[in-house]
Amino acid sequence: MDISIASILTLDGLTNGAVYALLGLATVLVFTVTRVIFIPQGEFVAYGALTLAMMQAGKVPGTVWLLLILAVVAGLMEGVGQWRHAHNPVTGLKAGLRMMAPPLVIALITAWAAPQQFPMAVQAILSVLLVSAFGPLVYRVAYQSLEDATPLVLLIVSVGVHFAMTGLGLLFFGAEGFRNPSFFDARWSLGPVTLSGQALIIFVAAAAMIVLLWLFFERSLFGKALRATAVNRNGARLMGISTHTSGQLTFLMAALIGALSGLLIGPTTTVFYDSGFLIGLKGFVAAVVGGLASYPMALIGALGVGVVESFGSFWASAFKEVIVFTLILPVLLWLSLRSGHSDEEH
Amino acid sequence: MNLKKTLVTLAVTALASGAALADINIGVSLALTGPGSGLGIPMQNQLKLFPKTIAGEKVNLIILDDATDPGKGAANARRFVTEDKVDVIFGSCITAVAAAMTDVASEAGTVQLAGSPVGVPAGKDKWLFRLPQSNTVMGHAVVEHMKKQGVKTVGFLGYTDAYGQQWLDAVTPMLEKAGIKMVANERFARTDTSVTPQALKITSANPDAVLIVASGSGAAMPQLALVERSYKGKVYQTHAAATPDLPRVGGKSVEGTFVVSGPALLGDQLPDSHPSKKAALDFVNKFEAANGPNSRNQFAGHAYDFQITMEKVIPVALKKAKPGTPEFRAAIRDGLETMGRTVFAHGVMNWTKDDHWGYTLETGVMTKVVDGKFKVEN
Repeated sequence: MDISIASILTLDGLTNGAVYALLGLATVLVFTVTRVIFIPQGEFVAYGALTLAMMQAGKVPGTVWLLLILAVVAGLMEGVGQWRHAHNPVTGLKAGLRMMAPPLVIALITAWAAPQQFPMAVQAILSVLLVSAFGPLVYRVAYQSLEDATPLVLLIVSVGVHFAMTGLGLLFFGAEGFRNPSFFDARWSLGPVTLSGQALIIFVAAAAMIVLLWLFFERSLFGKALRATAVNRNGARLMGISTHTSGQLTFLMAALIGALSGLLIGPTTTVFYDSGFLIGLKGFVAAVVGGLASYPMALIGALGVGVVESFGSFWASAFKEVIVFTLILPVLLWLSLRSGHSDEEH
Repeated sequence: MNLKKTLVTLAVTALASGAALADINIGVSLALTGPGSGLGIPMQNQLKLFPKTIAGEKVNLIILDDATDPGKGAANARRFVTEDKVDVIFGSCITAVAAAMTDVASEAGTVQLAGSPVGVPAGKDKWLFRLPQSNTVMGHAVVEHMKKQGVKTVGFLGYTDAYGQQWLDAVTPMLEKAGIKMVANERFARTDTSVTPQALKITSANPDAVLIVASGSGAAMPQLALVERSYKGKVYQTHAAATPDLPRVGGKSVEGTFVVSGPALLGDQLPDSHPSKKAALDFVNKFEAANGPNSRNQFAGHAYDFQITMEKVIPVALKKAKPGTPEFRAAIRDGLETMGRTVFAHGVMNWTKDDHWGYTLETGVMTKVVDGKFKVEN
């Protein structure tokens, strides 16, 4: 181990850490607003990367059909729910259509665009849109009616959603992995370290995403509504903030972040249908470092996870995952010593 | 009404099984759905070409889906031995499923021919025979090739799972014997986001060759990481990587890689001196005539070899006992152990009392990736 190896390892760790950071932030966001520990966060990563890979191959990605089915199911649930609530079929119909329309449009555009071999940037945008559209639908179908359940029940639902999404991923994308072409093929040498264009994109995109999230929460009404829900659900409700809408909005953002992470990581590794789980789990470790509440601590935790993972692979590659996931123990110990007792909601 | 229905069903079943008793029954459990279906479906396609009669006796194949689920596999095996009273069990194509079936088969004294490399503790495989090559046989071809190429030091970069460990256990003594030193031993997982640290460690040890133990498209990632670190030595891959997915994902970076492979899929490329050339060609031609060009598949090859085995063993066993009896099942087992050197599409098989893996060392073929295709190395 000399300084050049250490710097290469650090860069490698930070590159992965930046992606874990995005997922960690999404996990914190989802948990604070909806109290869902969102295990399937990683699945959006795999869906994003593989949807782009399918489009690169000129095929209509299977996620299009899943989105169509899910949109119809969510639309029906929403429609029937509103109809019963308002005792008016027209209100129900309108609500159902509102739920259904955006994903349907995105799915149909993608189905049309996939075989046309558009430039990669267009395909990337379509992939992100397509996978993001899953967010609100997953929330509507799996979580919305359980909004008031305990975090444990929501966690169990998450496990179910995770298995469903992994299984469907296998059905749509097959058992073999894909590696997407790089968005930016340049590379710069800084002494012993080579910075690749893709790594640069990862850093820039992660930083931009974090700034955008900050602006969203500080400056926009929707962001403030989400923050209010996170602080106190009942209070937010009394102020006229719909918990349904904030839940769906949160999941939209989680899916968006997941899909974006998938595009970022797709060119640097081979992505399989089940790759997302471990990536998402490392984001979760980062989120735990932040006590599932603090964004800056989650960011630091994610970069730490990346660097530990990288050095762990160098020194004891067979025990890499053990090292990464053992990290969670001292953190939990510290968190429980510091807080003393758990608050009423958990 | 319901009772009547049940009685009728029972009577029909009894009649049917009575009729079937005289025939030879083979229970087949394959992963036709679930994650392993990519392996099971080609095997089923090959079994469609299975002969209807062997040595004048009618042969019934009872094909069940085990859904890549060990529990389902064990239940299928149970059904085969209790209800169907089969003479031989073939399957499964997934190691974990086949392993779950092993106890049931051996309890009932029925031969199980596994389409996957099931490792069981010594002495437990009395009724279990494997159709895929053991890693030892493939490792032999790799080490021989390394010796010929003058490799003196080697780095190991393999999966953290059982496949990686089995290869490590298999090649370590062989490398020692050949005087090749293992200077680095690194592990990774298929779903890792980066193999850079491991590649860094290996390139800093700078071995003459690196042996990558991984499967399919997962085998390309470590090699890309090595190329990224401008590693210039030779790279070897195992037979699980001998699929079109390696060049598909690896592109130019995997050019010149040595990949050890079974002979079945190479067909006409095999040198005339390879004993399996005729069988491999026959398998490829018949399978592709039925399933379209370039549909050849390693696991379909195992199903083909199963047919060769049955055609050789059943006539011998028929001389000793009648199908459907424990004596016949025992005769099949003895027949497999004593059938001697048999040429398969996948190599040369020689099961003995002590070795139920059986492939001889002439089995493995070294290929080299040239223009994204596997070319046989001489």
